[in-house]
Amino acid sequence: MSLSVKDLTYIYEQGTAMSVNALNHISLEIPDGQFIGLVGHTGSGKSTFVQTLNGLLKPTSGKIYWNGQDIHEENYDKKLLRAAVGLVFQYPEHQLFETDVITDVMFGPKNLGLSETECRDRAKEALLSVGLDERCWTKSPFDLSGGQKRRAAIAGVLAMKPEILILDEPTAGLDPKGRDEILNMVRGMKERLKMTIILVSHSMDDVAEYADRIIVMNAGEIMMDGTPAEVFTHSSELEEIGLSAPQMVYILQYLKENGLPVETDRLTVEEACSEILRVCRDAGY
Amino acid sequence: MNLMVKARGLIHDYVSRDEDGNIEGKIRAIDGVDLDIRPGQFIAVLGHNGSGKSTLAKHLNALLNPTEGTVLIDGKDTTDESELWNIRQEAGMIFQNPDNQIIGQIVEEDVGFGPENIGVPTKEIWERVEESLRAVGMYKYRSKSPNRLSGGQKQRVSIAGVIAMHPKCIIMDEPTAMLDPSGRKEVIRAARALNDVEKITIILITHYMEEAIYADRVFVMDHGRIALSGTPREVFSNVEKMQELHLDVPYVTLLAHQLGRSGLKLPEGILNKEELKEALQSAVPSAFIGE
Repeated sequence: MSLSVKDLTYIYEQGTAMSVNALNHISLEIPDGQFIGLVGHTGSGKSTFVQTLNGLLKPTSGKIYWNGQDIHEENYDKKLLRAAVGLVFQYPEHQLFETDVITDVMFGPKNLGLSETECRDRAKEALLSVGLDERCWTKSPFDLSGGQKRRAAIAGVLAMKPEILILDEPTAGLDPKGRDEILNMVRGMKERLKMTIILVSHSMDDVAEYADRIIVMNAGEIMMDGTPAEVFTHSSELEEIGLSAPQMVYILQYLKENGLPVETDRLTVEEACSEILRVCRDAGY
Repeated sequence: MNLMVKARGLIHDYVSRDEDGNIEGKIRAIDGVDLDIRPGQFIAVLGHNGSGKSTLAKHLNALLNPTEGTVLIDGKDTTDESELWNIRQEAGMIFQNPDNQIIGQIVEEDVGFGPENIGVPTKEIWERVEESLRAVGMYKYRSKSPNRLSGGQKQRVSIAGVIAMHPKCIIMDEPTAMLDPSGRKEVIRAARALNDVEKITIILITHYMEEAIYADRVFVMDHGRIALSGTPREVFSNVEKMQELHLDVPYVTLLAHQLGRSGLKLPEGILNKEELKEALQSAVPSAFIGE
């Protein structure tokens, strides 16, 4: 079940004076089961790109293949595509609208034409996997806390049983604990449900910790594509396009420049900690 | 000189009522806060979602009134209606979402909106607009449409709009939450410059611990109370306590803390890479080449 993007271009307001090239000839393979971090400066084309992936935006030119099928071919059933490629927008809690949580989550499956029981079962399963238990199900979504609302909104997408889950800055505005909860939940779902995850994020520290592949976008193009360790060794190129490397990279680089012989491709606090300890031990400490 | 902010025994209850106006429930968002902020200080307020930070912020420019206790802004009681507009002019507020705060068709019009509303003469409005836009580094965008700006630029325009009111204090409620890393840097740089150069008191509410290390004083809120307060170094020395409060400490502080727990003799509360290097050099000099 893979997604393949070939030579994708998207132009907003084509043919007018306001025309903007949001995506420029992007080609990409997204095989099963990856956890992808998609990063880029505001306006780099990330959000446009993810909206083309489930057919919300039709590319100006280029093709998107889902399981080998062109999604913009005539008679292609976009409904199934949108169930398979779930998109969680920024601040998804603004889209909650029903009178109680479980009915809200059932809205998506209902639109797929599933039976009431099937919808309810899917909603329950989705709510449990985002960590909202029965006590919340009959509450009004507006009585939940900020973090709970966001999880309820994500459950609404999960109830569609997507194979690819795209989350556009799912942790914006959450406190550090809420952020960790959402990201750990996403990682857990990926492992349990064998989903592919595309996490759009501004936090290099988050993608360094969770993603196994990082795609860097700039001015509508893919500028880097690789493992976190590969991408984040290019800290100065990232800065030129308004991004940064995870904090650990800068700390280790600074220590190295000042005479501590550490490797600088360690991205998380734990990795950096054991690298510094290794060097200290080598020095006989 | 008056304290910029003086709160005593501040309590705030959010009361929900049914259709007939009977009280259904009460949530105590602020539970006995005493706060002294001197003019010219840079203050950071940290706390998890729901800890009462934003409610506290709304008390500082009289958007909310205390259920119990008092709040004085530059000596003026926020419940005194005759002082309301003076308080709001002296204590400006910046919110999270830049798109919700901009109303003008072009940047300089937006910045001039506040002074125009309080009857500043036209010539002076233009002077204020220019000086405010220069203070946040947005002067060259003065004739642009705000919706063509990036998030960080919009947020700086919002700040200029507040500065044009000549406030003594600016309260920023998570001004960087919706911005990308470079937008965050722009806004924090503007806030620090206003504090340094113009001596405006800044009260910054944030989830980013890295933004709090520049503050003169940090307050950490939990369950409507001030759970920790002190200099950034004092507050961030309590790594475990901060984690209990659902918060982080800056990454470098956490790294130093973990190295310390693994046996290296490093002080707590290291706030930047330079301090970490020095601490490592004195703890393990032999690990450094050329030592």
